[in-house]
Amino acid sequence: MTVSAPFSALRILKEGLTGNTGWTRHWRDPAPKAAYDAIVIGGGGHGLATAYYLAKNHGLTNVAVLEKGHLGSGNIGRNTTIVRANYFLPGNSEFYSHSLKLWEGMEADLNYNVMHSQRGLINLFHSDGQRDAFVRRGNAMINQGDDAILLDRDGVRAILPYLDFDNTRFPIFGGLLHPRGGTARHDAVAWGYARGADRRGVDLIQNCEVTGIDIADGRVTGVQTTRGAIAAPKVAIVVAGRSSQVAAMAGLRLPIESHVLQAFVTEGLKPVINHVISFGMGHFYISQSDKGGLVFGGDIDFYPSYASRGNLPMIEHVMEAGMTLMPMIGRARVLRSWGGIMDMSPDGSPIIDKSPIDGLFLNCGWNYGGFKAVPASGYCLAHLMATGQPHPVAAGFRLDRFATGRGIIDEEGTGSQHNLH
Amino acid sequence: MRIPCPLCGDRDRREYYFGGAALTRPAADADAQAWDDYIHNRDNPAGVSREFWQHEGGCGAWLVVTRDTVSHAVIAVARTKEAQA
Amino acid sequence: MRLSTGGLIDRARPVTFSFDGVTHRGFAGDTLASALIGDGVRVVARSFKYHRPRGILTTGSAEPNALVTLGTGAAQDPNARATMVELTEGLAARSQNAWPSLRFDLLAANDLFAPFLGAGFYYKTFMWPRAFWEKVYEPAIRRAAGLGALSGLPDLDDHERVQAFCDLLVIGGGPAGLMAALTAARAGADVILCDEDSVLGGRLLLETHTVADQTGAEWAAGVANELACLPNVRVMTRTAVVGAYDHGTYAALETLGPDAIRRGAPRAAFWRIVARRAILAAGALERPIAFRNNDRPGVMLAGAVRGYVNRWAVSPGRQVAVFGNNDDAHRTAADLLAAGVHVAALIDARAAAKTDLPIRFFAGAVVEDCMGRTGVEAITIRTPKGTERLQVDTLAVSGGWNPMVHLTCHMNGRPDWRDDIAAFVPRVGAVPGLTTAGACHGAMSTHAALAQGQQAALDALADLGLTAAPDLLPSAEDAPCRITPLWAVPGKGRAWLDFQNDVTVKDVQMAATEGYQSVEHMKRYTTQGMAPDQGKTSNVAALAVLADATGRGIPQTGTTTFRPPFVPVPIAAMGSGGQGAGFAPERFTTSHLASIRRNAPMIAAGLWWRPSYFPAPGETNWRQSCDREVGYVRNAVGICDVSTLGKIELQGRDVGALLDLVYTNTFSTLAPSKVRYGLMLREDGHVMDDGTTARLEPDRWVMTTTTSAAGLVMRHLEFCAQVLRPDMDVSVASVTEQWAQFSIAGPNARALLTALIPGFAPLPFMGCGTVTVAGIAARLFRISFSGEEAYEIAVPARYGAALFGRLVERAEAMGGGAYGLEALNVLRLEKGFITHAEIHGRTTAFDIGMQGMLAKKDCIGKAASQRPGLMDPARERLVGLKPAGAVKMLTAGAHLFAKDAPATREHAAGYVTSVGFSPSLGHFIGLAFLKHGPDRRGEVIRMVDHLRQIETLCEVCDPVFFDKDGARARG
Repeated sequence: MTVSAPFSALRILKEGLTGNTGWTRHWRDPAPKAAYDAIVIGGGGHGLATAYYLAKNHGLTNVAVLEKGHLGSGNIGRNTTIVRANYFLPGNSEFYSHSLKLWEGMEADLNYNVMHSQRGLINLFHSDGQRDAFVRRGNAMINQGDDAILLDRDGVRAILPYLDFDNTRFPIFGGLLHPRGGTARHDAVAWGYARGADRRGVDLIQNCEVTGIDIADGRVTGVQTTRGAIAAPKVAIVVAGRSSQVAAMAGLRLPIESHVLQAFVTEGLKPVINHVISFGMGHFYISQSDKGGLVFGGDIDFYPSYASRGNLPMIEHVMEAGMTLMPMIGRARVLRSWGGIMDMSPDGSPIIDKSPIDGLFLNCGWNYGGFKAVPASGYCLAHLMATGQPHPVAAGFRLDRFATGRGIIDEEGTGSQHNLH
Repeated sequence: MRIPCPLCGDRDRREYYFGGAALTRPAADADAQAWDDYIHNRDNPAGVSREFWQHEGGCGAWLVVTRDTVSHAVIAVARTKEAQA
Repeated sequence: MRLSTGGLIDRARPVTFSFDGVTHRGFAGDTLASALIGDGVRVVARSFKYHRPRGILTTGSAEPNALVTLGTGAAQDPNARATMVELTEGLAARSQNAWPSLRFDLLAANDLFAPFLGAGFYYKTFMWPRAFWEKVYEPAIRRAAGLGALSGLPDLDDHERVQAFCDLLVIGGGPAGLMAALTAARAGADVILCDEDSVLGGRLLLETHTVADQTGAEWAAGVANELACLPNVRVMTRTAVVGAYDHGTYAALETLGPDAIRRGAPRAAFWRIVARRAILAAGALERPIAFRNNDRPGVMLAGAVRGYVNRWAVSPGRQVAVFGNNDDAHRTAADLLAAGVHVAALIDARAAAKTDLPIRFFAGAVVEDCMGRTGVEAITIRTPKGTERLQVDTLAVSGGWNPMVHLTCHMNGRPDWRDDIAAFVPRVGAVPGLTTAGACHGAMSTHAALAQGQQAALDALADLGLTAAPDLLPSAEDAPCRITPLWAVPGKGRAWLDFQNDVTVKDVQMAATEGYQSVEHMKRYTTQGMAPDQGKTSNVAALAVLADATGRGIPQTGTTTFRPPFVPVPIAAMGSGGQGAGFAPERFTTSHLASIRRNAPMIAAGLWWRPSYFPAPGETNWRQSCDREVGYVRNAVGICDVSTLGKIELQGRDVGALLDLVYTNTFSTLAPSKVRYGLMLREDGHVMDDGTTARLEPDRWVMTTTTSAAGLVMRHLEFCAQVLRPDMDVSVASVTEQWAQFSIAGPNARALLTALIPGFAPLPFMGCGTVTVAGIAARLFRISFSGEEAYEIAVPARYGAALFGRLVERAEAMGGGAYGLEALNVLRLEKGFITHAEIHGRTTAFDIGMQGMLAKKDCIGKAASQRPGLMDPARERLVGLKPAGAVKMLTAGAHLFAKDAPATREHAAGYVTSVGFSPSLGHFIGLAFLKHGPDRRGEVIRMVDHLRQIETLCEVCDPVFFDKDGARARG
């Protein structure tokens, strides 16, 4: 296998001067082999990151990623691109903290610019009670070694002067600023990990749908696919959005319900919003992409769906929230809306664990939080697959926590009603 | 999205509250597995699904809605008081 | 250039407007685009990436180039399509994305660096040094990107949302849509007809075709008149149907016309239209052909050239060449000749093409290049005989037509490829209840459009149970669609696909070379189709180029997903009504005005507004008021409006049994005229809510919930009654709004009530009954949330304001008065009573020390609450805290650590939920959750609030700080 020269400004210059004829594929298009040491089902962000870290951290390169469509065709390309480490419950705290650190080194690691932009994230609060809850969160972030700053109303006004401080339905009391929070170019994360995994020898196999999981004597032995049977002693299911269906191939019934989460982007506009802003009372969050579009979203549609599209009630609610919070965006025109299918878990937190079948691993239940988790999710699943032990920062993401009640990680406090997270 | 309420007629989704998969609550002395299955684990079908919905913004009736989670087609609606749960 | 005759403009009404500060003239009936063309303006914008000069390409909403800014200040409207802006007197438009000016744009230098700025270049650079990304590279990229600018000021204009229902929604008012609407309307169906344009007619307005021996425009006007007279038809011009949603729901954006806005109409209205059937007759969009420098101002779609000439009587140039791969090129040349415009050449890529027109004609020829930096000056054509340079100022291009399949794909449908017309057409049934007709169905002649429109209406009528006899179709042309696909002319240089995002043929080929071969990869890597026009004029050509580069066919390559909205929709329209206080309902208690009169700061408690405290003269901060109000309750009597608590009335024989299921403790044993405190769990074993329930009569009960959980509990009760136990005789009704309820708390409460209520007989602790106050039947409960002897009196809400006034007056006469939420909070803290600060969804009965309330019976959440992890002594459990160090302050949200432990996550042992200064005790008190909490009473621990920079030692204690045995409440 030939590996082309790394990306750099110098290379762009050289190629530009020589007709751009030296660029080659960012990843190969291999045919599946009959057997691998490990198979990752799902070529989304999490699956590609898993393969990358299997190769990079554990030297496992005889690995295939099986993707039924094209790489990055799921939620990695359908989110609001927010990257943050502002969780407050043990289990989440250390994991997302680790993830943010991986983000901070991602470009250098992958030699691919994912445009990770740490422009600061502000969570607004609107009452004493909400402030205290955010103080608890911010203190947990600092306990973890991450950053958090409490802003009062004037502090928020100083950096977000365009919010409606006078008339909004829920007056702004203040905000919790997470300076290292920000955004990234979502597709680029998938492509960067894909290229990185490929360069280390991983086979990325597109248009290869898994149709069955082979199990013998309680052990996984491989998978059936639309491109034939592929054997492997280790198989990971990393297919958020379709987790229940793929797990069912192994006879598993997961604590997952699939819901649609919509998001929106406006036409390109000159820079006007320079942070990520989260408005909890309206379930509204917004940032502006480097191309100028305002990227924003709200809550799930609140009914199970696999349709990758939503309906008007939530759309209009999100727009109302935008109008009450920052009426200056009224003239911005929504260009596109889309829906991602979320794996909603009973406590709103994910699962990275072994399954009851030997050699079969689960990575699912990312709820709203999958994008920012991509690097650590891959990192920790690779660790689990390679060593058989959960990585310390992902040790809380156990499948059996619901059955035992131990280590439930319910950030929103809404409990096991799937539809409430 | 619209759901036909057996009492009120065809109404907008805004009037309804989704209340989860239409499962049967285990007996009080059921084993832990039965409760875990009831509270946490789901078939979560990509296709026809039986669900509880409440016409919360209307007559208040709880309904069993048979619905396709891929196409969103509503196949059947009945009041829980009348449906075989 | 304005033609001397023709067009549908009103030459009697000249209109003056400006573009970039220069005054221009047009006529009523012009769009901004037609008026600019009429006045000879060619460069109207700069492109996104290379900042190349750009001119007008189309006549409609798919316009990729001519985006301008209208208005100033709060009314500044970026990215308006000049092709859709109706010309009005005084209109001031400005160009965007150019600095310092449209003519001289510094960032046009980007164009020189194009070899280094190809598809995805930014993924490969800007990585070093890392700190430069946020500080240098990204700000520069952001400033260069974007198109128009928001004003930064709140949008003050009115917008509106409207709901409509109909039998049949017809989308598009061209020949197919008009015929469909007319057929359905005559049959008596309720019809809504929407069209983006300000006038019905669609392409009939832009072409010279006749219908029923009238001009197309005349025929359309006649139909429009008939429709306008029918009571069962709503014609909505200037209305784009932007989205297809489930079960016949469509979204539409109506942009009100200048006259209506002048009369006070909102700027725009966002419509939700529920239609039993719908017909999409949205027509087709012409597509360009890619060749070198095909983005020059003066290169225009052929159908647009015809449209400008025919409808607006303007010609984009004086020397026009026409280039195409289909018969529309010939039609364009003919229309130009008829309008007296010089046609320099007709260039047809089809080798066998012929023409009778008296012009230079090149068959089997293509345009290779286009010269002229700020506008076309010449073109190079390659003919079978060699290349030739032609001096022209305008080039009309037709690469064929793409049916407007967009709406049929909004529910994940994919269009099908048709070789005969070289285009994607809608897949039948992709949107339930919606059919397609006319050009958007792939039928390109006027006759076919009329016939399909009529047939689609007849089919819809049959579905609706209406019958209609088809009228005779009006006569119209029925020319065949003859096309030989040509997407990109091979050759050197940059040939544009996506004009708006500056994506060239080379970019798409480069993406394929680099492995981005799925159509979605290509789109996302090159940004093809991601600009404000969403690639309406360019996507199909781009995927054709991709198909060519990868050796796949177009059908195998497929399309990207068309998503709503069809045209961009202002946030202000979709979110209208949400601005300011409109976002959520506001709930007011009956004492609201009295509280305001007493200068009480009102704070949000869920949707309710409640008084924080009632300042007295001379008090300078809230703590003084709060301490005084606590004193009222501890020493005299205080009055508090507690109407916001949820109140749910339950009636029926089986209420007690249902409550046994709902609450952890037993209620079926509660005697009439008694009240009991109850704890409710979710089925997952965590606390849902708490409150009291009174048994007023044997079969009549009233429950109170916390303010925030009222709706949740109501729904939960209905679930239990209708789903879990439909056999039980229980009816449930929310009566929160029906009753105003006030707490009368303190040692003088009984005296106050004795004086207020004739014949008042003191209730036993946790008793209830009915009393008459001022002639009004009231409910009285002896319950206490303050630890004092306390009553809650409930009257029908219409008497609330009067009763509150009377209670406060009497309390004040007895040395007490009204108290607000701050005092309420301190009073409950002193007693260790919990609120949603403690039962925040993650706590169990065990955590709050109420595991003893789980009676020996089934209840919701009981099974799950027995899980080992929920009964682990190491869980964070409720304790009291009092300061034990030099710093005497406690703060909510602070974390707890063992005295000598570092304040890090690994050592975190708990957190503080509620704090307050207790005037009764003279120090701060707090409630907290602490690992092994109750076992650590007496231990001094460390409280750290990093955010507020407060750290102190505190002592773990019982959560009940005051009157531990409760003697005062029982009185």
